[in-house]
Amino acid sequence: MMHEPVNRFLAYAPILSGLSRFLWLLVPVAVLAIAIIWLFQTNPLQGFNNGAPPVENLTIERTILDHNGLQLLVRAGGSDPMMIAQVQVDDAYWEFRQRPQGPIARGDTAWISLPFPWVLGETHKVNFVTNTGATFEHEIAVAVPTPVATSGSLWSQAILGAFVGILPVAIGLMCYPALRGAGPRTMTFLLAMTVGLLAFLLVDTLVEALEFAERSAAIFQGSVMVVLVAVASFLVLVSIGRRHGTPTGLALATYIALGIGLHNFGEGLAIGAAFTAGAAGLGTFLVLGFTLHNITEGIGIAAPLLTIKTTLTSFIGLALLAGGPAVVGIWVGSLAYAPQWTAIALAIGAGAIAQVIVEVSALIVRSRNQGIAALLAPSTFSGLAAGTAFMYITAMLVKI
Amino acid sequence: MLKWAQTNLSRRRLLGGSIATIGATAICSSSASAQDAHGNHGGPAPNVDAATPAHRSAHGAMITVGSVDNVRNGFDPTAMLTDWYTGVVSELPDGRRQRSFEITVEEKEIEIAPGVMFPAWTYNGRVPGPALRATEGDLLKITLKNNGSHPHSLHFHGIHSARMDGVPGAGVIGPGEEFVYEFYAKPFGCHLYHCHALPLTRHLHKGMYGLFVIDPDPARHPEYADAAKSRLLGSPENRQWQELAMVMNAFDTNFDGENEFYACNTIAHCYAKEPIKILRGQPVRIYLVNITEFDPINSFHLHANFFDYYDQGTTLTPTLKTVDLIMQCQAQRGILEFTFKEHEPGLYMFHAHQSEFTELGWMGMFDVLETLS
Repeated sequence: MMHEPVNRFLAYAPILSGLSRFLWLLVPVAVLAIAIIWLFQTNPLQGFNNGAPPVENLTIERTILDHNGLQLLVRAGGSDPMMIAQVQVDDAYWEFRQRPQGPIARGDTAWISLPFPWVLGETHKVNFVTNTGATFEHEIAVAVPTPVATSGSLWSQAILGAFVGILPVAIGLMCYPALRGAGPRTMTFLLAMTVGLLAFLLVDTLVEALEFAERSAAIFQGSVMVVLVAVASFLVLVSIGRRHGTPTGLALATYIALGIGLHNFGEGLAIGAAFTAGAAGLGTFLVLGFTLHNITEGIGIAAPLLTIKTTLTSFIGLALLAGGPAVVGIWVGSLAYAPQWTAIALAIGAGAIAQVIVEVSALIVRSRNQGIAALLAPSTFSGLAAGTAFMYITAMLVKI
Repeated sequence: MLKWAQTNLSRRRLLGGSIATIGATAICSSSASAQDAHGNHGGPAPNVDAATPAHRSAHGAMITVGSVDNVRNGFDPTAMLTDWYTGVVSELPDGRRQRSFEITVEEKEIEIAPGVMFPAWTYNGRVPGPALRATEGDLLKITLKNNGSHPHSLHFHGIHSARMDGVPGAGVIGPGEEFVYEFYAKPFGCHLYHCHALPLTRHLHKGMYGLFVIDPDPARHPEYADAAKSRLLGSPENRQWQELAMVMNAFDTNFDGENEFYACNTIAHCYAKEPIKILRGQPVRIYLVNITEFDPINSFHLHANFFDYYDQGTTLTPTLKTVDLIMQCQAQRGILEFTFKEHEPGLYMFHAHQSEFTELGWMGMFDVLETLS
């Protein structure tokens, strides 16, 4: 019954040639164009104009502190173009320059620079006053000079990235000889532990991505963007990974390394951003915490390789793939890029992590020949628990 | 996992053992450009050293950008300083003098700082409203016409009957209505008037206030006749003085209960950008009132000089002698008298001594000159 009207409609629909199809497409386009012209010409909605001022929104995306004072990149998100009339720093008006000058259209950005004598290590509040008198405040929590990319700073950042990204993965991979020849139960435990730690990273990454999304301009619809990017990244990686059947062995290890690498990239971005925002006081203890926290990632990458022969080059490649992005992330992040980019990077990482969770779980199920029940076996369950618990507990070392 | 980074953002303390070494230099740039026109943002930077405007020499780059369109506003803060509204004078049958004033309430967008518009409620199209001036004993007839969209009134600080008080039930009038306030001018002094319709805070902060000065009648104060004569507007003794009308006010442009702009006579930094010209040999008398909302007190500090102060102006001898700072609570007012006779010509600053008010616009300059050009 349900299908009948549809079928009848299809039966009556004439089969159109390519050209007339195209012409028919013009009709909806023309209607839209007429509607837009009518709306602008006759302004039928003016009845809704209740005298309220336009809605204004301003997001501060980048803050650069240097010997010239402050430079801020602002993005307008108002219903009308916005005009920044005056700028306060710490409750005082300061001369400023805007580039490009004039009103800032919706979605556009402009640089505001002020010759403000900021004080190292202290907090400053910048307040933008628009022509309607609305204000938008931005806090510089700890004023430190924005890092500039010199060979010296890039090198020290690379060392930091290696400590929190590459070193732990390499240490984890070094467990490989010891774990080789493990029995099927140990094997399942290790794979399940990988799933557990990835599950922790998935939640962690998504939460971080959403937090960054919240700080980005409303026009980007942060949370929707994060979810869409994560799902897209997941689907793309699954379809690439399964071109030749479900990935196993080195291929699966590579995907795990990629997922972890993307996660570490996002982590690097945040560490870099923390440098820029003045939270650069990375204590030795914190760095060690990160190292410990990330060691399991190496074991997880090694798990699918235990039953096959692997070359040293592969191990080096995997370590760099999983840990290297942390270095790149810190470099990019320290240049104070806008929060939406960090959110996107983290969302891509979340999708990649979800993909490897699915693939590793599939491997567990296949290797035990028990179907989905394999996921509830004691060795699997204890592995999952061990993985998440280890990540959670070591994360305590780096939480402040 | 990245939480530490974000939590750390709010920490002032840097953790020990830091890996990255960061060069610590924070410098105030001298390459910032002065901007005379508001539309000049991002334009080519003029050489600061070559042509430094007067106010820049004292405050550097810490000032609002651009200038206010006084023509569009319909009032000029410099002209306001000496613009007294003395009304239409006529003689009553009993020989007394009558002064008639006309005040119209008008809703108006005014530019209170360069580029910043404020939806004000005004008396005669200006904020502060006209500075009324009469002489002790005059019969005052003040006609208020309400062309606004809310009820309004004139509430005078002075001596009058309850019917003339301008509070709800006694002189608060609706839109389109008219009312005549009638009373004798007393006591002499530096007073104010404001709207007393409710809610009071909103009506005041929207701009409904003004100076109300009653000059002493020298005949009634023989013991201080000289002082009284010098206060009587238009007398030969009074012409020796430079008198200035100043209203300390502020604006909460985003309506959050805190002021974004502070000023003397409405326009932030107006007298910093256009210093008030003072003839060195002539004494200065300021009629000062504080009508700032949201902040309980305001103050007036004069640089490089001291003054005598007459709280509320109701005495002919100073209530405070030789001070360089006075404070006024909301609606408090007084008269300041000082001279630059012994000073060398130059720019002398005056401002509120709440630094926050100063830096948010309440700052100005006296340009002391040998001769007025």
